[in-house]
Amino acid sequence: MTDLNTNPIGEIERITVSENPRSQWWDVWAQFKTHKGAVLGMTFFVLIILLVLIGPYIWTLAPDRPDLLARNKGPSMGHPLGTDQLGRDSLAQMLAGGRISLAVGVVAMTLSLVVGSLVGVLAGYFKRLDGMLMRFTDLFLALPLLPLLLVIIMLFRDTLRAAFGLEAGIFILIVFVIGITSWMQTARIVRGDVLALKEQEFVLAARSIGTPPWRMIMRHILPNVMSPIMVSATLGIANAIITESALSFLGLGFPSDFPTWGRLLFDSTNFMTLSPERVIWPGLAISLTVLSVNYMGDGLRDALDPRIRGR
Amino acid sequence: MFNYTLRRLLFTIPTLLFISLVIFLLLDLAPNDPTGNLPLTIPPEVRAMIRTNLGLDQPVWWRYILWLRQFFVYEPLNLIEQMFHITIGDGHRLRILSYATRSPVVDLIVERMPQTLWVVGMSYVVGIMIALPIGVISAYKQYSWFDQTGTFVSMIGFSVPTFFTGVLLIVIFSVMVPSDSFFWFPSIYDTTLKVTDLASFGKQVRQMVMPVFVLALYNAAQISRFMRASMLDNLNQDYVRTARAKGLSEQVVVLVHVLRNSLIPVVTVIALGIPQVFGGAIITEQVFKVNGLGQLLIIGIQGADIPLVQTLTFIFAVLIVLFNLVADVLYGILDPRILYD
Repeated sequence: MTDLNTNPIGEIERITVSENPRSQWWDVWAQFKTHKGAVLGMTFFVLIILLVLIGPYIWTLAPDRPDLLARNKGPSMGHPLGTDQLGRDSLAQMLAGGRISLAVGVVAMTLSLVVGSLVGVLAGYFKRLDGMLMRFTDLFLALPLLPLLLVIIMLFRDTLRAAFGLEAGIFILIVFVIGITSWMQTARIVRGDVLALKEQEFVLAARSIGTPPWRMIMRHILPNVMSPIMVSATLGIANAIITESALSFLGLGFPSDFPTWGRLLFDSTNFMTLSPERVIWPGLAISLTVLSVNYMGDGLRDALDPRIRGR
Repeated sequence: MFNYTLRRLLFTIPTLLFISLVIFLLLDLAPNDPTGNLPLTIPPEVRAMIRTNLGLDQPVWWRYILWLRQFFVYEPLNLIEQMFHITIGDGHRLRILSYATRSPVVDLIVERMPQTLWVVGMSYVVGIMIALPIGVISAYKQYSWFDQTGTFVSMIGFSVPTFFTGVLLIVIFSVMVPSDSFFWFPSIYDTTLKVTDLASFGKQVRQMVMPVFVLALYNAAQISRFMRASMLDNLNQDYVRTARAKGLSEQVVVLVHVLRNSLIPVVTVIALGIPQVFGGAIITEQVFKVNGLGQLLIIGIQGADIPLVQTLTFIFAVLIVLFNLVADVLYGILDPRILYD
């Protein structure tokens, strides 16, 4: 862990000389800022979030209001991105779709992160659970995920829609299935880190003063495995957005009435010869969002790696 | 090594049983009815008879065991019989029948296999061929313009989903380009095309260009990253310095010493990706209307064809488990430092 090239005495001097001690997260931010792609990605991601959140208040055209006199129109002043086959405004649809797409990404990522961290920490900390939980993770990794996702959605779509309403039902279903099929990598990484942490002296010290396991995990283990969890979080958003659009693209995700970017792309492929530009916008939105999130994850990984930081 | 392989092989049995149980129960306990798509004019007692005929009135565990016997005993035996034109036993076995077509599921799969293997397999091979040199050069000239471009392109490669690259290519090369130009490519894969002469071979190549390109870009993006990282790990090792100090030419150092060692993890990554050749191309097959295994699965799902979906999903799972095993064993063989005990 320690870098052999640094002079320990110089290190101590540096620490004592600095007047206001900087927190670890400040260092991470300083390193993050040097990664151009990551900063660009973050700026872009924040921009998309703002656009999607505030956009519908500025562009007040209803996304589901058909205008049969203006069908399949190209870009114009009234409809900057044109209209679809029912005369619905594409820009309004893009903004509304982006809300759902990003919401699915964030909620599914949170779910997968919670499950992944829980399994990882439990497996790493409690030796008795380790074998069982890791076999369980291996089993999940061996499942063919995309086919299973499709099957689950086909089977439970109507039941959940009946129980929670049209939009909420499909949202819950998609977020749930993406969440429970993408936690395995996080669990493995977190477990590895927890296993390494457990061998360190401060854990021994904490245990020797009688810290109960619960407090141990919350106070000492979890804060120290935050970095892999955060990197998993960014990659998880990208993964969830892509999976959701793939499902919608295959016609098994959100319905056309509550379109996401994936669904918009799927719907516009039928009108490719008529209005080819309609395909571009949702595809571009998905790609750029995922690209910016991936760049952010890249920068975050570099920034959180203590071997790279401070070089 | 042998012991390890044997132990891993034994562990695949409970894994596969668990997965088969998950797949079976998921489809079986789900709230839908295979007779639901039949016309409403069918009287209830006939409907009940149809259900009995489909075997749906048996208890769940019994159906699971029957399904296992069909999948692991009957279907392999049938495949062997067909391959060698022999008859084992009396040759009359109840095969897994598709609800929709009433034909054996395995026959449907065998029908679809060539297209998938051609298009998706070819794209995997092309992807590897592109990825390896790019990874090697990127690592050797780290932070050069080539490396920067390679990083950017591969970032795009795995950020842009295949359903967008595919649709984009169709818009450009099938819609916008006039159809008599050389750069026009068909957006629909024609399975009935038989390669008999040069002209039909050219046609076959043209219809494969776009799907292969889309998938190859995606595969190459991932593999080239692994190759680069693995090369970078090895380039700073002591044995490389030793090789250089011995006076070996740079070409030998990089292409023989470093490349051979760097390929070890990459080979396992490639092995792990092979199951996706069969199952993961669902989206690309859908975009380009290739009637392969992925499209068969989608058709089965849309038609609630439970035996078909069960069998296909389980075959994908078997492939994943199998190639995980292959990758692990391969890693042990290629890298003797890894000791499994």
